[in-house]
Amino acid sequence: MSDIPDRVRKIVVEHLGVEEDKVTESASFIDDLGADSLDTVELVMAFEEEFGIEIPDDAAETIQTFGDAVKFIKEAS
Amino acid sequence: MFDLTGKCALITGASGGIGGAIAKALHAAGATVGLSGTREAPLQALAEELGERAFVLPCNLSDAEAVAALPKQAAEAMGAVDILVNNAGITRDNLFMRMSDEEWQSVIDVNLTATFKLCKGVLRGMMKARWGRIVNISSIVGATGNPGQGNYAAAKAGMVGMSKSLAYEVATRGITVNAVAPGFIETAMTDKLNDDQKAAIMGQIPAGRMGTPEEIAAAVLYLSSPEAAYVTGTTLHVNGGMAML
Repeated sequence: MSDIPDRVRKIVVEHLGVEEDKVTESASFIDDLGADSLDTVELVMAFEEEFGIEIPDDAAETIQTFGDAVKFIKEAS
Repeated sequence: MFDLTGKCALITGASGGIGGAIAKALHAAGATVGLSGTREAPLQALAEELGERAFVLPCNLSDAEAVAALPKQAAEAMGAVDILVNNAGITRDNLFMRMSDEEWQSVIDVNLTATFKLCKGVLRGMMKARWGRIVNISSIVGATGNPGQGNYAAAKAGMVGMSKSLAYEVATRGITVNAVAPGFIETAMTDKLNDDQKAAIMGQIPAGRMGTPEEIAAAVLYLSSPEAAYVTGTTLHVNGGMAML
């Protein structure tokens, strides 16, 4: 449970090819980390697989930042 | 050229003339094929004819639940879906003034909505693989219109706009989305025409004959191939010159 932020950060770093220290709590995937809208879909897919959870489309739309993702996954898993 | 060894292809409407020819062509190029259709007997016969690398995946595309389940079933049977060919289609022809809501809706459901759902269902695997080919079988009437086929023409034109939109979205992921638009092809669908109708059609085809299912299959094979990686969002018209678009 406590390793969720690290696992999420690892996925973001690998997928978007950004420096680890750029992935801060409030970092927006699109505005700060250079993701396009399809990248965000792929990130959600990767989160689903990593954590064995289902992220419905309407929830996925609310996941805009690294912090959003960690919060959602903590609540869902 | 056009080697599909190791690729897995799902083909809808494989019990029909064009779908069967597409399945044979992709299989001959080395692909594993998932044969989908409503009639199981011809699918089984085709699978037996092809031998190895052929799976029968019956599905009624007017059944929303069955459509939703098909991509998963295909991936489980074959291991993946690298190539999707949306070939299945129905007609419910009627004059526009007489066309019922049911005739309209059933054609839209099977020809357009099922295509949308199947595309969506296979995208996840293709995005992860960074490789995919979607070929949607449209029709010449989607571009030209045809009296008595308002529903069919709308669905077939809709497939083209949908294919282009999707092609934009997934191009960076190594996935291409294209359409093939057959003209008049020798199949059970065109056998139903009477001699006068056929003669009238022939007069409009510069090539002076109907096309064969194999000629459609060849277009699909090309668009499914690694060589066609730079071709996306296009419609390949295979119609003997009937409409030069």
